[in-house]
Amino acid sequence: MIGLTHYLVLSGILFIIGLIGVMKRKNLLMLFFSTEILLNAVNIGFAAVSKYYGDLSGQMFAFFIIAVAASEVAVGLGLLALWYKRTGSINLDELQMMKG
Amino acid sequence: MYEIIAFYTFAILTISMFSIVVLSKNALYSMSALAGGMIFIAGFFFLLDAEFLGVVQIIVYTGAVMALYAFGMMFFDTTREVKEKIHAKKVVYILAILSAVCLVTILSAPIYSANIQALYPTLEGVGNIQMIGIVLFTKYLIPFELAAIMLLVAMIAGIVLVSDRMDLNITVKEDNEEEGEMI
Repeated sequence: MIGLTHYLVLSGILFIIGLIGVMKRKNLLMLFFSTEILLNAVNIGFAAVSKYYGDLSGQMFAFFIIAVAASEVAVGLGLLALWYKRTGSINLDELQMMKG
Repeated sequence: MYEIIAFYTFAILTISMFSIVVLSKNALYSMSALAGGMIFIAGFFFLLDAEFLGVVQIIVYTGAVMALYAFGMMFFDTTREVKEKIHAKKVVYILAILSAVCLVTILSAPIYSANIQALYPTLEGVGNIQMIGIVLFTKYLIPFELAAIMLLVAMIAGIVLVSDRMDLNITVKEDNEEEGEMI
């Protein structure tokens, strides 16, 4: 039988995959993708806790996380498009503007 | 039995899809794999009796967010590879150790969850979507409204950031239209 532990372990594994992406990749688009993975991993954990404790608050927080993710994508992609127009690059290392 | 098979199938598929997202060199492959992984995560939500959350996951994530990424990628030259070289080794090690400590704390947090009580227990005989409506519009009404305002702000920010001529005033431009034509 699948219990709460299974879902929490899965959520942790997905969160670690997202963290690896955030730390390893230098492509700014990949950083956005990794952020989505992090948010989704947390959503699975919330939904599982919501079911096994019989409480709907977990699902509510998952909804608000989805709303936050949607607005993050809108603003982030806007900024990224602006940055790409200005510099012609989506490399994270070129964001160091104050480098002497 | 059915639940066990479904859980392990979706778990393997999701983990492999997200590994492709993180490890692939090509941004286009990553985006397709991410869209697939989002749909498999919706499968977990259906397994967990959260039908509305699953439908929202498919519509919002796979329908809106991934479509936004697909359109956004038209702005960038994604075929060109980004050089990924780690410069500061010491910083990387320190950050890795710090995040490992954080992860251990996060993953061992459920040890203290034995005394959790359900604040808003689900009612008998009420479906998931009805129950979500009841809780969302009573207890979580103010966060709901705040989320609406946040989405509005994000929409305006996205429009203003990407479009070119937002600093020009339209009415002023109409007044000077003849002048513009002459030029």
